[in-house]
Amino acid sequence: MSDIVASNETIVVVGGGISGMTSALEAAECGKQVILIEKNASLGGRVAQLHKYFPKMCHPTCGMEINLQRAKRNRNLRILTMAEVTEVTGESGDYSLKVSLKPRYVNENCTACGECEKAVEAEFDDEFNYGMSKRKGAYLPHNMAYPQRFVIDANIIGTDDATKAKEACKYDAIDLDMQDEVIDLKAGAIIWATGWQPYDANKIQPYGYDRYENVITNVEFERLMDPQGPTGGKLVRPSDGKEAKNVAFIQCAGSRDRNHLRHCSRICCMASLKQSKYVRSAYPEDGKVSIYYIDIRAIDRFEDFYKSVQDDEGVTFIKSKVANIIKDKDDNPVLKGVDTEGYNRYETPYDLVVLATGMQPSVDQNAFPIDIVINQDGFIEPDESNGAIFAAGSTADALDVNRSVQHATAAALRAIQVVNKAAGTGA
Amino acid sequence: MSTNTAMVEKYRNNFLKEVEANVEEGEWVKMCMQCGVCAGSCPLGNAWEHPPQEIFMMIRAGKREDVLTSDSMWMCTSCYNCIVRCPRELPITHIMHGLAHYAKRLGIQPKGNPTQWFSEVFWNNMMKKGRVNELKLGLSMYFKDGFVSGIKESLKNAKLGMNMQKTKRMAPMEFFGGHGVKNPGDLQKIIKKAQELEAARIEEHGK
Repeated sequence: MSDIVASNETIVVVGGGISGMTSALEAAECGKQVILIEKNASLGGRVAQLHKYFPKMCHPTCGMEINLQRAKRNRNLRILTMAEVTEVTGESGDYSLKVSLKPRYVNENCTACGECEKAVEAEFDDEFNYGMSKRKGAYLPHNMAYPQRFVIDANIIGTDDATKAKEACKYDAIDLDMQDEVIDLKAGAIIWATGWQPYDANKIQPYGYDRYENVITNVEFERLMDPQGPTGGKLVRPSDGKEAKNVAFIQCAGSRDRNHLRHCSRICCMASLKQSKYVRSAYPEDGKVSIYYIDIRAIDRFEDFYKSVQDDEGVTFIKSKVANIIKDKDDNPVLKGVDTEGYNRYETPYDLVVLATGMQPSVDQNAFPIDIVINQDGFIEPDESNGAIFAAGSTADALDVNRSVQHATAAALRAIQVVNKAAGTGA
Repeated sequence: MSTNTAMVEKYRNNFLKEVEANVEEGEWVKMCMQCGVCAGSCPLGNAWEHPPQEIFMMIRAGKREDVLTSDSMWMCTSCYNCIVRCPRELPITHIMHGLAHYAKRLGIQPKGNPTQWFSEVFWNNMMKKGRVNELKLGLSMYFKDGFVSGIKESLKNAKLGMNMQKTKRMAPMEFFGGHGVKNPGDLQKIIKKAQELEAARIEEHGK
């Protein structure tokens, strides 16, 4: 890895999701040297795990494809996967970073033929499907994975499976002797785009996510609808595979709640409106959706989308935050509470309940590698004392894809100004 | 301009201000976002006239009479489910008790409410000796609806009483005086002083 050339004119982007990719590509296409660092084995992040985007209901794979084309074409962009920044020192225009690289055990010879996957036996929870299905110990993270290269799970190293995988490979692509590595990088500016994670639904105890199989989260629901997902895109419930025709969504599950996330996660309303369309298109005849909400926050141009869902007779809006969920004898989750329009007590069973869990920033408040201003919700504040470390996308606030991309482009512009100064070409 | 002022006056919510000034933790009422978790979480909610969420909305809508004469806040058992779950951490249980207390102070609380009656009996019982006399408190519950029904009720529970005596859970001699704190007079003085302070506070801030 000693062939990486970095100077104080380099921009390092941390996180290879939609925001990080955008920042990296925008800066690289402006002629700047960019190193993109991704923790996982593939680029794409959370967006790659979505079934469709709102409001256009198109597939994220399409935009992903365009971004990957841009990345492949660009000579200024260097991508490191399975890499994590462990240390940052220095100041604006002159940063030094330590990056630890985990072994993939697969080198550049890999053609993604899949023979190693067939050869191994051990199975693990598939992270890409939020653990709803299994993957092998030798695997491609997902179909659109970039780099399009297999990964050997570190857990099978030293077992028979590892040897089997190596023997199955016709291209000499598996190198079981790969080791952890730590490299040093220089950078003039750093863009932090480590994104978000879904709020841990287990913490919302009254909803019983940990006790009831048919209570799932909105991110899991995305995987359920994906043809590449655990059910092959069929809308069936986890407990018995029965068609889920009567689906309830619980909004603000863990958001706008001082016991959980204090902030409004901003995407969950639109996500549930979008997902209610999934249900209605899966079962146009008799699919039913109930959305339990405090208030629907379909901001600005999304109002039309909200209207179109409201106009659908199969979708009911109930103004109430559900108090708790119990389970009936047929494994149906039963929602209990009181609605705000009339104060009527309800106790309604559904086939499937989707918790619209919120966005928790993936910023480690206690172990950030350098001093940085983080607000009470865990997002990075735009503060001058942060020097040339710029947050992009949902590292800075709860943002949807569209706003993340805008935000990431802005972050790229800020970083470009810093490295221009370092290069002596002015801001 | 004058029409405007009249309209403003019409929508000025004096009752919310009254609650904020007079009810313990009343200043929190405006923070309710009407999500309904408290109402749904109340284990006895279906037995009340208005769940807490509705009470808060009624306060904000200026329904003074309906709120203060409601039996809801008297039925609260202080299980604290609502406080634990409230997304805005409103001290709902305390507000409910504050409302009950204020209604009682104004003398417009619902009449014949059993929990209210019990609270008074409990207070008077406790104030005599500084400790609750459980035997007398229990008996006053039995004889709540008159002498005849009291005897009937006592006979029905005679076996329970005997068993409680056997296991030293009930001391019949407590009927004659009973034990108390060392100096009940001092306690009564403390309470009297507290009541004076509260009266002065109400005089100054309240209506």
